[in-house]
Amino acid sequence: MSKNTEFVKFDKVDKSYDGKLLVVKDLNLNISEGEFITMLGPSGSGKTTCLMMLAGFETPTNGEIYLDSNPISNIPPHKRGIGMVFQNYALFPHMTVYENLAFPLRVRKVQKDDIDKKVDKALSMVSLSGFESRMPAQLSGGQQQRVAVARALVFDPAVVLMDEPLGALDKNLRESMQYEIKHIHENIGVTVVYVTHDQGEALTMSNRIAVFNDGKVQQLSSPDKLYEEPVNSFVAEFIGENNTFGGEVTDISKDVCKVKLQNGEILANPISVNSKGEKTTVSIRPERALINPIDKMDNNQTGKIEEVIYHGDHTRVRLDLLGNKEFILKVPNSSNELDLKLGNEIKVGWNSQDARALDPK
Amino acid sequence: MSSETNQILTTDGIPLEISLRKAERKNKIKAFLLVVPLLLFLIITYIFPIAEMFTRSIDDKMITNMLPKTFKSMETWNGKDLPPEEVFVSFLEDFKILVDKKEHGKLAQRLNKEKNGFNTIVKKLFRQIKRNKIDESQSIKEQIMKVHKRWRNVEYWQAIKRTAPPYTSAKYLKAMDMYLNEDNKITQVSEDRRIHRILWLRTVEVAFFVTIFCFLMGYPIAHLLATLPMKYSNLLMICVLLPFWTSLLVRTASWMILLQQQGVVNDFFVMIGLVADDNRPEMMYNKVGTYVAMTQILLPFMVLPLYSVMKTISPSLMRAGKSLGGTPFVAFWKVYFPLTIPGIGAGCLLVFILAIGYYITPALVGGASGTLISNQIAYHMKTTLDWSFASAMGLMLLGGVLVIYWLYNKLVGVDNIKLG
Repeated sequence: MSKNTEFVKFDKVDKSYDGKLLVVKDLNLNISEGEFITMLGPSGSGKTTCLMMLAGFETPTNGEIYLDSNPISNIPPHKRGIGMVFQNYALFPHMTVYENLAFPLRVRKVQKDDIDKKVDKALSMVSLSGFESRMPAQLSGGQQQRVAVARALVFDPAVVLMDEPLGALDKNLRESMQYEIKHIHENIGVTVVYVTHDQGEALTMSNRIAVFNDGKVQQLSSPDKLYEEPVNSFVAEFIGENNTFGGEVTDISKDVCKVKLQNGEILANPISVNSKGEKTTVSIRPERALINPIDKMDNNQTGKIEEVIYHGDHTRVRLDLLGNKEFILKVPNSSNELDLKLGNEIKVGWNSQDARALDPK
Repeated sequence: MSSETNQILTTDGIPLEISLRKAERKNKIKAFLLVVPLLLFLIITYIFPIAEMFTRSIDDKMITNMLPKTFKSMETWNGKDLPPEEVFVSFLEDFKILVDKKEHGKLAQRLNKEKNGFNTIVKKLFRQIKRNKIDESQSIKEQIMKVHKRWRNVEYWQAIKRTAPPYTSAKYLKAMDMYLNEDNKITQVSEDRRIHRILWLRTVEVAFFVTIFCFLMGYPIAHLLATLPMKYSNLLMICVLLPFWTSLLVRTASWMILLQQQGVVNDFFVMIGLVADDNRPEMMYNKVGTYVAMTQILLPFMVLPLYSVMKTISPSLMRAGKSLGGTPFVAFWKVYFPLTIPGIGAGCLLVFILAIGYYITPALVGGASGTLISNQIAYHMKTTLDWSFASAMGLMLLGGVLVIYWLYNKLVGVDNIKLG
């Protein structure tokens, strides 16, 4: 059975709240069946608005959303059959866990026996069997979260939306819940649209990530591609750490270009520059720049150590390199002893392939 | 293990409990001192007057003190035939003292309340005594009986005997249109004289419907207040509170202007052709006026508790209800409504209790068919000066409120009330 790659489809969707400002601009997005897609972006980037339009709580100002090839703009939320996990869980405080889970089934007039079975199954899926008669207030944050997930899944929706569901949990719990949600998704194969502003969460859980900024999808690709090959400087900046140089292209060929900086010149990989004279921002991941490189690299520079921060598994070194005083290096603590002292001059090298010349900031 | 080793000690060796109590004592005293002014105020202005009202409502000592010897000698009287000579003798003795103190008028008044007709015969007796017509060497009984034929009627003597106890439930019975008859049995007054029961029923009815109307109108307003964006909800809140800032009298008077037969509302009805000009409906000086004015005046007391409860209900709950497949109505009824019950309880209780004792508005716009029990209380306070009767009715009202409170606690639970 081939999976529908256009199971959820945003088609030229615009959204404005006040008629003056577009919160979502010309959104085109296809989500395939069974996919775990994350909408990632800073607050105010329009990602939650997209989710609300899909859930039916907001209507697109222009364009149409299709669910399984059917336009859904005129279908009210309760008829869309989309499960949703809310930021603050939105468990009904006056109902027990069982009643919370039974709610979507009862309104669908499911038989009592079937309700019991489905609630049982959903609760065991989130390992909360035996909590049926508890009230939400008697549960910890993590347990409430699981109940919310179970409730969104109990009526077998085709799509489940999650709006920053882990935002209120502490770090350890958040990480274990990430894996748990990921496993649930893998087990039942439901389509998940997940909204978060936490890049770590997005990278570990998703099949694909849509990075939102300013009402637009900046890049839509798999987590590794997003990290390794950001297509513009916003994505490079937003996902992971990033060292940047602002400069001007002085020479360009097919897969390498020369960028003139304020004091110096480097070789870079032309991604969004096409011709000489263009302004650009060159982005290099901290782990791609090596100290005292053994292999031959086409960029070799010398920097001065400004700061050394111990991080346990690695040490972060801040350099003053080619006029950038915020150049960060990550040095694994297993590597042979380097002389990392403040004020020392140090040799740094990287491949032009890893220095991506993107749009200027 | 001995109990001493079980005791937890502080580092200095003092038992932990004692140490804790010592440490907390100062705070407790401070807290108590803070509430002392209010406590005193409450005792003086609330508990003491209620106690005073209660004693006043059952107090019948006045006559007991007026006729001490009479009541003493009546103890041996069988109460069926005319009393023996000694009762007449002691009655005359008591009466003469009253005449000296010029209190015989009070006696006449009090006895007349017990049984009609006493006024005349007491005054007649007084005149005989003034003229020294009573000869103490002869049978007092015969002479008093000659004063007026009613003194020969055993019913009047029975009536005097009934006033003997220092306490009486007569006022309470009167408030229920009942009285103790000659055989000490609770009897209903004749049908044409039953007014209080109608008033009680009307009071409860008005309070009930005003509560319902306030709820029906207040619930949507409160919901709007809780969900509108701040800039509009503030304005709406001011509109809700505006009546609070206007004097009750002014508000009631403005309703009179609006509702009277030549008033604004009627003019409008005539203008749009809803009613004929010569057939303007009576909207004031009846129950309609009372309902309209009281609902408007008490509305904020419903809206505010509802609002404070609704404000705490996250809008995502309704969304969750809808996204899980509930129609907007189901989401409202199963999710939103149950969460507002504490507010509904508080609002209804507040409005009902306020409405049941409402006075000024019914007095001004109520007319004859719109007056409530509180108007009757005021009437007896100010016009008939029967304060003990007013006290009795006031206490019955208070008792009624307490019963409602108790019922509410049984049904909904007072802990669930949320006023803000």
